[in-house]
Amino acid sequence: MTPTLPRAGGAHLLVVRNLWVHKGGSPWTMALFSVFEPVLYLLAIGVGIGGLVGQVPGVEVPYAAYIAPALLATAVMNSALEETGQSAYAKLAFDRFYHSLIVTPMTVGGVVAGEVLWGMLRGLITGAGFLVVIAAFGLVQSPWILLAVPAGLLIGFAFGAASLAATGYMRGWHDFQYVQLVMLPMFLFATTFYPVTVYPPVIRVLVETLPLYHAIELVRGLALGRLAPGLLLNAAYLIVFGALFLVWARRRWAWLLAS
Amino acid sequence: MVVLNAVIEAAGLEKTYPARDRGGTPFRAVAGIGLRVERGEAFGFLGPNGAGKSSTMRMLGGVSAPTAGTLRILGLDPAAHGRRVRARLGVVPQDDSLDVHLTVRENLLVYGRYFGLSRKAVRERAGELLEFARLTEKADERVEHLSGGMRRRLTIARALINDPEILLLDEPTTGLDPQARHVLWDRLFRLKQDGVTLILTTHYMDEAEQLCDRLVIMDKGLIADEGSPRELIERHITREVLELRFPPGEHEQVAVKLGRDGLPEPERLEVLPDRLLWYAEDGETALARATAAGVQPITALVRRATLEDVFLRLTGRSLTD
Repeated sequence: MTPTLPRAGGAHLLVVRNLWVHKGGSPWTMALFSVFEPVLYLLAIGVGIGGLVGQVPGVEVPYAAYIAPALLATAVMNSALEETGQSAYAKLAFDRFYHSLIVTPMTVGGVVAGEVLWGMLRGLITGAGFLVVIAAFGLVQSPWILLAVPAGLLIGFAFGAASLAATGYMRGWHDFQYVQLVMLPMFLFATTFYPVTVYPPVIRVLVETLPLYHAIELVRGLALGRLAPGLLLNAAYLIVFGALFLVWARRRWAWLLAS
Repeated sequence: MVVLNAVIEAAGLEKTYPARDRGGTPFRAVAGIGLRVERGEAFGFLGPNGAGKSSTMRMLGGVSAPTAGTLRILGLDPAAHGRRVRARLGVVPQDDSLDVHLTVRENLLVYGRYFGLSRKAVRERAGELLEFARLTEKADERVEHLSGGMRRRLTIARALINDPEILLLDEPTTGLDPQARHVLWDRLFRLKQDGVTLILTTHYMDEAEQLCDRLVIMDKGLIADEGSPRELIERHITREVLELRFPPGEHEQVAVKLGRDGLPEPERLEVLPDRLLWYAEDGETALARATAAGVQPITALVRRATLEDVFLRLTGRSLTD
């Protein structure tokens, strides 16, 4: 047997392996779990509070239709975080799964890219699932919302890479609380529930540096059919953000696995 | 004629880990060792915990880069050709690290793919290896339901999926019951017969004597000595050992009485808290001499010297961790 070395460090093989492990659950059950939480938000805040708010000033769409894209972006983000966060940590620290990979022709770069890809795939499934929910609630405003699903790939990339880099620094389960400490405020304040224009200028600049802000802007712009050049900027932000963290993750994991 | 063909050559090999904390001191796990392993050999690393065995194994596996020295694995420099080297190695780590979410067979199928093998090739090979590891009946069980011995055999089968030229085993039988160990030894012996080079670390001297053609004893990151089990025993220890037991506290006195300092080379007396060891070419003669000197032990036992005696001689009796 003369094996040919797997391409791209074997990134795709890691995705195949993850699919294999999840074969018990179909993509739809995966999506079902991931959309459960955002559906609750959509009901409680979108429909409930939305009844008091009516139309969002300046945008002129029903409140639920305004926050639904933000919830989609958040759900995609959370799916990617789950796979590259706690799940990757368990595989690293308890299963010693990655240690068994790097003795093969797989490379650390391949492993890192594979896990981020997997996070993106999970995000894609979640995004598609939540799109169905939005349609079922009658909140579709524009056919461009279909592009929100591929946009979710960029969101999965950005947050998957960042989360995998962060996972490389976790000393135990308790450290994931710090991730929550960042994610919860970001979820609440990154224009999920209201436009950025409600903030005073200083805070506004601050919010505009958040990755989730750009994820939400991108998905919301597409969902509401408000296409503007700014959306390209949002997409570019996510790509650059993800690429930087991918490089960081690769360095950190190389140190973790091979030292 | 024996054609010598080194599969591993190392000179001045070192591994230093950077300090964990700011201001800490770096840790030198391997402090400069030289090795040469021939194709088809079974080569062992013995040493107490912290001697540098596992660090050395990780370097030989093409995973961890040496801090200094030269290393050639199958003629290649692993720093430059890590993937090509790893494609031709099999690694059995200390902890099994099997894919616990998959079944026994799936573990083999998935793992083979990491080596770039085709689905068909992996399927065939997995069938053979399940047979080899005596796991065919367990093929569709989840890994978490396997016993320790089965997991170990599966880990070895997994390491063989790419038909490796060298198999690296880090403490292959630690934690297994005697039956499981013997089954494993049998499998490893077969591999050796098939021409696979075996490189292993172990804490068990009987394992080293059973499996290894040649071994090194490591201590504090260095090689204390190298040779076949027999050579090492001959070089450091007498042929037999007489073990004498006395009431607690009397061993020191008895040692003096037996003329500890005046024993002819290579004889030697060693006082332990519970026993006195008399290293002698002929244990019975030594016992007769002890009796003649008026010494009356509670128990006396003559046994052959083992690799364990050599090991303790070279690495000391104090705990290392």
